[in-house]
Amino acid sequence: MRTIVGFVQRAAWVLRRVIGAPDYEQYLLHVARRHPGCAPLSRDEFARDALARRYDRPGSRCC
Amino acid sequence: MRVVAALGWLLVAIAGAGALGVLALRRGENVSAAWLLVAALCTYAIGYRFYSAFIAARIFALDDARATPSERLSDGRDYVPTNRWIVFGHHFAAIAGPGPLVGPTLAAQFGYLPGVIWIVVGVVLGGAVQDMVILCASIRRDGKSLGQMAKEEIGPVAGFTALVAVLGIMVVLIAVLALVVVNALKSSPWGTVTIGLTIPIAMLMGLYLRWLRPGRVLEASAIGLVLLVVALYAGRWVAQQPALAAAFTLSGKTLAILVMVYGFAASVLPVWLLLAPRDYLSAFVKIGVVVALALGILIALPPLQMPALTRFTDGTGPIFAGALFPFAFITIACGSISGFHALIASGTTPKLLERERDARMIGYGAMLMESFVAVMALIAACALTPGVYFAINAPVAALGPTAQTAAAAIANWGFVVTPTELEQLAKQVGETSLLSRTGGAPSLAVGMAHLFSSALGGSDGAMALWYHFALMFEALFILTTLDAGTRVGRFMLQDLGRHVWPAFGRTSWMPATVLSSALIVAMWGHFLWQGVIDPLGGVNSLWPLFGISNQLLAAVALCVGTTIIIKMGKARYAWATLLPLAWLVIVTMTAGVVKLFSSEPKLGFLARAHVLQAARAAGTLPPGVKSASELSQMIANDYLDAAVTAFFLISVVVILADSAREWYAVVSGAKAARSTEVPFQPRVFAAGD
Repeated sequence: MRTIVGFVQRAAWVLRRVIGAPDYEQYLLHVARRHPGCAPLSRDEFARDALARRYDRPGSRCC
Repeated sequence: MRVVAALGWLLVAIAGAGALGVLALRRGENVSAAWLLVAALCTYAIGYRFYSAFIAARIFALDDARATPSERLSDGRDYVPTNRWIVFGHHFAAIAGPGPLVGPTLAAQFGYLPGVIWIVVGVVLGGAVQDMVILCASIRRDGKSLGQMAKEEIGPVAGFTALVAVLGIMVVLIAVLALVVVNALKSSPWGTVTIGLTIPIAMLMGLYLRWLRPGRVLEASAIGLVLLVVALYAGRWVAQQPALAAAFTLSGKTLAILVMVYGFAASVLPVWLLLAPRDYLSAFVKIGVVVALALGILIALPPLQMPALTRFTDGTGPIFAGALFPFAFITIACGSISGFHALIASGTTPKLLERERDARMIGYGAMLMESFVAVMALIAACALTPGVYFAINAPVAALGPTAQTAAAAIANWGFVVTPTELEQLAKQVGETSLLSRTGGAPSLAVGMAHLFSSALGGSDGAMALWYHFALMFEALFILTTLDAGTRVGRFMLQDLGRHVWPAFGRTSWMPATVLSSALIVAMWGHFLWQGVIDPLGGVNSLWPLFGISNQLLAAVALCVGTTIIIKMGKARYAWATLLPLAWLVIVTMTAGVVKLFSSEPKLGFLARAHVLQAARAAGTLPPGVKSASELSQMIANDYLDAAVTAFFLISVVVILADSAREWYAVVSGAKAARSTEVPFQPRVFAAGD
């Protein structure tokens, strides 16, 4: 059972990354490892920041 | 073991060459699409196994022990080390769009052979090389963009030209794609309602993600996908109610204005409301449709009804004017080589790669996949009978207004189709008429509906649903490119404009946002309008312009790639990028000069302007032109098209000259061959950091 749940979670994570959704958990992990002591952005702030970064310049889309 | 492998690859090579031989030499009977698939897949396999390995090992010496930007600059946001299969999917979803679907469909007017050869050979030696080289170059330079690399590696002149050229390409690209959508939805209430509904669906997803369940992208996408199916049936319901159907039967002009309003709204509204949810939806639909198309073709393995070569290779084709050389190579850009990919290969992707050697699979491999999509689009177009294909794709000026005139015109070209057949097909797919639905999207949708219903079986009702399903996903792709492109174009415009008027560059200042958005929409909207009123269908003049601009960007990318290879001290391998560059320069230059100076009014912009001017002076209206003011507008547009073509050609010359100067300086020893790569740092962190 646990492996099935794990597999589904893993598949969902892969799908999210493929369609380009931001990954907040990854970001938290990064802040914890690389910048201990810094307060990370909240989930909401992170999501807004990720959208702004993705759409405010060329290089994310093609014909 | 080595012997076995060598024998295996020899077999692949023989199979591929044999299939190409069958495609080229078999005459007088229909060839199965299987031959086309075998020829393409074998060529890809050999290109990937040997040529991409050569580029990885000999040119860049990719090294998994070397830290990539995702590790060195890891920030948890842009620079995130990511599993290569995920990067592959993400990169493919970003590069694949309507381009590889539309180009091959249009180029099928020459027959299937020119398209197959150019798609398959072009990608292995050109397109995939470009993507991989730019990706590798960007990885070694902290994920720098193509524009930055052009400026730093070649010089400020090339850098600035590249910047302006990218903006010009954006404008032409959006205009031609918008025109494809307008032509697909013209007088089609079903299509219009279905596509129209995708906008509120995206907004609903946006609201859901913002307020109800923030960050639950998969939930929102699942809801969106279900609603898309509902929209498909809602469109059919509307089309069946005479009063409602009449209200949603829109002219090209009305649709053009609606598309412009949509583009403007997408650029001004917050991204979370429209752009982001649309993008998620579009990525799912894209991957799903590519898989479905592949399965449909594999199961049905349709015979190719189109001959290997048609009589239109001489340049008299109705869909677009111009001979096989150079116009086949301009018409098919995405699928063989697409300059636009260089923006993505130097955009998001290089910041995600976990290991250097992943660049082979992602740069070269994803482009092979896109090429395969182009091959499938070609199969879908050539599986239609040529009569049907030309009836859908040729403009009114060539076919006349009714099924009878169309059948007569097509018989004149040597293909057989009866008026009843045409009317019946239109009824089967739930449209009033399929005549002159130029732009490639309706014909691809008919081809796909044909494939799906022959693979799965089913009634006429199923055929109509498949047709509108195909149309919906094409329009979804296109509008996603259009809205994001308008927004990016707006930012580029603001970035250029701030040198003149600083306040204009403030992206958070509402008046600047509105003004720059209106400007960029007016720019592409102008070309779109010109295409809509053009009696030749517009795709005729706009698609070649798009092809030339896209290949120009590829030329810029290959110039940057060549410069980088030479500065790495690998000048002996510079032929890898010089070869496709030389071919592209020959093709774009020839096509551009023909479009400018040909004395044939169907082909040359200036010649057509002169003919129209003569008509105006004589006080007559050419066939299909409705008023004197429309005539004056067409004349002005021809001059504008000529000016844009000239601008693209001059840009190619400037960038090429600037690069050649730099190459000569380095090769002759006047300038030291100094690589601007970030120095080697060993990989330390494990995946997931």
